[in-house]
Amino acid sequence: MGKPNNTNIKLKTPYHKYIPWVVLFLLCQGIWAKTWTICTTCEHSSIKQTIRLANAHDTLLIQKGTYREYEVVVDKPLVIKGVDYPIVDGEKKGEIFQIQSDGVTLDGLFIINVGVSYTKDNAAIRVIRSKDFRIQNMVLEQLFFGIYLEKSSHGKVYHNRIIGEAVDEYNSGNGIQLWYSSDIEVIKNHVQGTRDGIYLEFSDRITITENTSMDNLRYGLHFMFSNHDVYTQNTFENNGAGVAVMFSKFITMKDNTFRKNWGTAAYGMLLKEINDAEIVGNTFEENTIGINIEGSNRIEYTNNDFIANGWAIRVIGACYTNSFRGNNFLYNSFDISYNSKLNDNVFEGNFWSGYTGYDLDKDGIGDVPYRPVKLFSYVVNRTPETIVLLRSLFMDIIDFSERVSPVFTPDNLKDAQPLMKIRS
Amino acid sequence: MLKILKYSFFDLIRSRWSYVYFLFYLTLGFVLLFLNNDVSKAVITLMNVIIVLIPLIGTIFGVMYYYNSREFTELLLAQPIKRSSIFMGQYFGVAGSLTLSLVLGLGIPFVLYGLLRSNAIFDFTLLLVTGAFLTFIFVGLSFVIAISNENKIKGFGYAVLLWLFLAVVYDGLFLMSLIVFEEYPLDTFSLVATMLNPIDLSRILILLKLDISALLGYTGAIFKKFFGTDLGFLVSMGILLLWTVMPILGLGHKAKRKDF
Repeated sequence: MGKPNNTNIKLKTPYHKYIPWVVLFLLCQGIWAKTWTICTTCEHSSIKQTIRLANAHDTLLIQKGTYREYEVVVDKPLVIKGVDYPIVDGEKKGEIFQIQSDGVTLDGLFIINVGVSYTKDNAAIRVIRSKDFRIQNMVLEQLFFGIYLEKSSHGKVYHNRIIGEAVDEYNSGNGIQLWYSSDIEVIKNHVQGTRDGIYLEFSDRITITENTSMDNLRYGLHFMFSNHDVYTQNTFENNGAGVAVMFSKFITMKDNTFRKNWGTAAYGMLLKEINDAEIVGNTFEENTIGINIEGSNRIEYTNNDFIANGWAIRVIGACYTNSFRGNNFLYNSFDISYNSKLNDNVFEGNFWSGYTGYDLDKDGIGDVPYRPVKLFSYVVNRTPETIVLLRSLFMDIIDFSERVSPVFTPDNLKDAQPLMKIRS
Repeated sequence: MLKILKYSFFDLIRSRWSYVYFLFYLTLGFVLLFLNNDVSKAVITLMNVIIVLIPLIGTIFGVMYYYNSREFTELLLAQPIKRSSIFMGQYFGVAGSLTLSLVLGLGIPFVLYGLLRSNAIFDFTLLLVTGAFLTFIFVGLSFVIAISNENKIKGFGYAVLLWLFLAVVYDGLFLMSLIVFEEYPLDTFSLVATMLNPIDLSRILILLKLDISALLGYTGAIFKKFFGTDLGFLVSMGILLLWTVMPILGLGHKAKRKDF
């Protein structure tokens, strides 16, 4: 009768005895996470297999060498780190890294030969439904898509170098693509020679800072349906069509440089259906069209420099309550082109290199308003063929007479307080 | 003819106006390059000057020279020399010396500023070639006008009017027709209309060679497709040549029949 009682007591006691061991075990897991070394001649010579063996939170150190692997799925939180840039060669067979777990870090790998496909968007690195990832110091070459973030968030894409050799739009991919992702930082990357350098679709609260995107086939940066994003201090140079920002709200663009996007269909920046944005301190230099604006409202353009563009700003239609303050317009063929007689935008306190007025009271503000829309640009908007009269004497004469007494261009489209000196 | 050409040429070379013209281009070239220091940008600015000023100066100089050397011409006419050689000689003398002033005046500063090492050399050559063509064309036209009008005032008036028409009014009419017929495809029309006016033709030829041609957009693409090919280039050079030859033939024709 006493025996069952005894066993009952004995069974209960061990629980609290195990607790310290469990705690210690968990601690060990955290601190003593295992480091696996992978090299071509070691016990572990395959990244794929080592990932299968590793436990969560382990570190994989990949030594210098060439690893011919593709479709490497990272399905646990690992740190995969390259020593002296080991080469991961996909041999054009398909996707290379696929991250399917939270908390993965990829660092210092040289990934080449992503498979080109006409049915699948193969990427060098694809992140699927993951959080807290970190992709840094990677070099991607001979790629299709570079870094593809899919429904992921809270990650960081830092200091990568993506160099493509895109020739045609239909068989090339984007450098960094964000699709339904949010709260991601894209910092100090260099993207060149891809289709779109950086592409965002349905991605909110993204920070894009200090990246360089150049020589891409289509856009250096391409935004679609992405709200509350910030991009600062980036350089976009010599892209097929510049930068396109479309169908997005609450975008902040600060201190970026848009250079040499030159061609018959190239823009420094193309804004389409953008509302409530801030465009501050950017430099637009030597673009065919500095900013092409279509259907964009409540945008503040402040302290930007427009230098030697064909058109500094081209307003195509339905743009209301925008304000242009403190910008420098220097030596553009046309400062502003406008296609309607109605104007609801404010131009105030800008510097215009074409301004010929005077300042009698010496307060730094010109006494006569400046009219930035030339009659010629109005005529060109109406009948594009008339552009063949560019730089003819006749056009200079009628531009002059229109400036003296505007008939065709909106009467209130003027800068009533043009600066006498360039804003420094 | 060569003797008269030589005489006219050296007469003009020694004259003050040639020097003024030469010095004008020399200073223009130096100032532009001093302010800009970028050969290819200076070419754009020069284009504006060249397509307006060269025709104007060519016209006025041509008319002036013809009326001024009238007595000498009459003296020559009394000699056993072919009429056409007299006028041809004078014409080539004037046009040649103006072209020389242009080429040297612009060439010297550009060569000094490193044109030969820059890749703008082709644009610059094209600029000088079209400049030379424009000089020959407008001097020729002004000679024809002067020989047809005994009255100096009338002659001057017509010559200036001709310049005004080709440099300004023509573009105005061109613009008007483009706007009036905007519903129709205008590519071929604008191509032809450009070809018919030597000033417009030179302007487009130079523009298409420069970066700025990207501004021309869709229309520019059509122009580039035409002028960019060897055939288009040859055709446009041919038309400039035609514009040069026509006044010369007219001059010869007029000179033969005129009763002095």
